[in-house]
Amino acid sequence: MNNSKTAWFKTFYNQIRSLLTLSRGGKERFTEKLFLSISLLPVLLIVLLVVALWLRTQPILETQSIWSLLLGQTWHPIKSQFGFLPFIAGTMWVTIVAMVFAVPVCLLSAIYLSEYARASMRMIMKPLLDLLAAIPSVVYGVWGMLAIVPWVQNTFAPFMNKCFSYIPFFAVNNPTGFGIMAGGLVLAVMVAPFIIAITYEVLQAVPTGLRQASLAVGATQWETIKYIVMRQSLPGVIAGVVLGASRALGETMAVLMVVGNVAHMPTSIFDAAYPLPALIANNYGEMLTIPLYDAALMGAALILLLVVLVFNILSTLILRRIVRRSRR
Amino acid sequence: MDSHVQTIDLNAFYGNTAALKNVNLEFPKRQITVIMGPSGCGKTTLLKTINRFLELTDGTRISGKVLIDGENIYAPNVDVTEIRKKAGLLAQRPYPLPMSIYDNVAYGLRIHNMKRGHDLDNAVEHHLREAGLWDEVKDRLRSPATGLSIGQQQRLCLARGLAVEPEMLLGDEPTSALDPISAQRIEQRLLDLKNEYTIVLVTHILRQAKRLADYVVFMYLGEVVECGPAQQVFENPQQERTRAYLEGQF
Repeated sequence: MNNSKTAWFKTFYNQIRSLLTLSRGGKERFTEKLFLSISLLPVLLIVLLVVALWLRTQPILETQSIWSLLLGQTWHPIKSQFGFLPFIAGTMWVTIVAMVFAVPVCLLSAIYLSEYARASMRMIMKPLLDLLAAIPSVVYGVWGMLAIVPWVQNTFAPFMNKCFSYIPFFAVNNPTGFGIMAGGLVLAVMVAPFIIAITYEVLQAVPTGLRQASLAVGATQWETIKYIVMRQSLPGVIAGVVLGASRALGETMAVLMVVGNVAHMPTSIFDAAYPLPALIANNYGEMLTIPLYDAALMGAALILLLVVLVFNILSTLILRRIVRRSRR
Repeated sequence: MDSHVQTIDLNAFYGNTAALKNVNLEFPKRQITVIMGPSGCGKTTLLKTINRFLELTDGTRISGKVLIDGENIYAPNVDVTEIRKKAGLLAQRPYPLPMSIYDNVAYGLRIHNMKRGHDLDNAVEHHLREAGLWDEVKDRLRSPATGLSIGQQQRLCLARGLAVEPEMLLGDEPTSALDPISAQRIEQRLLDLKNEYTIVLVTHILRQAKRLADYVVFMYLGEVVECGPAQQVFENPQQERTRAYLEGQF
């Protein structure tokens, strides 16, 4: 052990020495390798994360099958019952509600910015929208607790209860206002800048000549957007939405503050929920003496990581294809 | 001369830069008028004032009038889509719409609710024949237009423009992206079509201008230097700058 340590140190020392005494060409090769290894670190980190999470999930997978974990509805750590389904469902509900609110607004904003707005308007709007992305998540959480939760509790939920309570998803069984609706609304605002920015870029990648080809036969601007621009950019828009959804899936702080955090299967958009990130953030580091609790939380993290990774890889592939096509 | 399009004291600006200065021109009906001049002289700008494309660019401004059949297309109550429908456009490179060959031609017809069902099929065929593309594509009308060669794409764009039954064709160096044979086919189409359409063509290829032009407009730095019947301008230019250009001095 000690021997190999000194050996490693010797190699390192020699590397440094040779760097100092190297010719310019040698230094050039050394710096290139150095930068390469530094930039490989993050890539390596992702692989390590997945492997480490996988290994630390193993203890629980030895006692129960992956399906009983994924589909189990009971979360009772002391009785060694670790059903993830309520948390997976909570994550999905919050994300879907967020996307339902965010996508139409973001699409229309991006279309306005790309197709209708004058350059001067764009100069003002774009930085402001980008600024939304820079607001710390906890600030959104506070805003959610102070503004959105009371609004859901006092205005929106009573209204929906009065008018639409016969529709299953809209029933109000939770009088607090903390729940999926509040979480979804806060998330919608948080992911909006990303979806708008990506959609805007995708729309800008549509060649001007294509728009003009449509206008030249007497189409209106809206017809051109509807039939040509949107059709051409649909894959990219979907990629942008998926990327936004993956941010929503993983968002922790703001959601955790407003979503209620009750481990049950939600049945209505006004129910409280307990998304995966909130589960991990609230519980990791506490009660870890409970057997398998640690492994269960690692499993939750693994699921989250894998879903977000898949979403990101898919949308990156689509977006890359679009950029390549628009350069042609 | 029976004029179809007329410009009166036409000025165009990009920001504060004048791109057209007091242009007074008449474009004769069912003839090919070629606009020539060195790059940056305002040829394309002038073309874009005829289908009101100039206003699509931020910061452009126009004063003066453009009359089509005596009506000012810049009058406040004019429907700009009607103006654009009257003038088919051939751009510098073809832009097939992201749909099938058939749908490309049918696009304008559908937008304007012009034809349905069997009529639509007939119209598509007719205009593809007019553009000299029918025989090459009749067996693959439903395949994507982007699969065509670039020369075929440009003829498809011609068919798409013709489909909405315009009165004019505007060509903005329509052969500049094409190989010589495809370019020749486009030129031949234009010659065939001039009996039915007023054609305005921007080009910087002198030989193409000589092959096609009935009338010639020579522009320099946003001004019309000389205009008139092709033969007269080419063989006996009145202006020193026209002569210099024709001799290839700039």
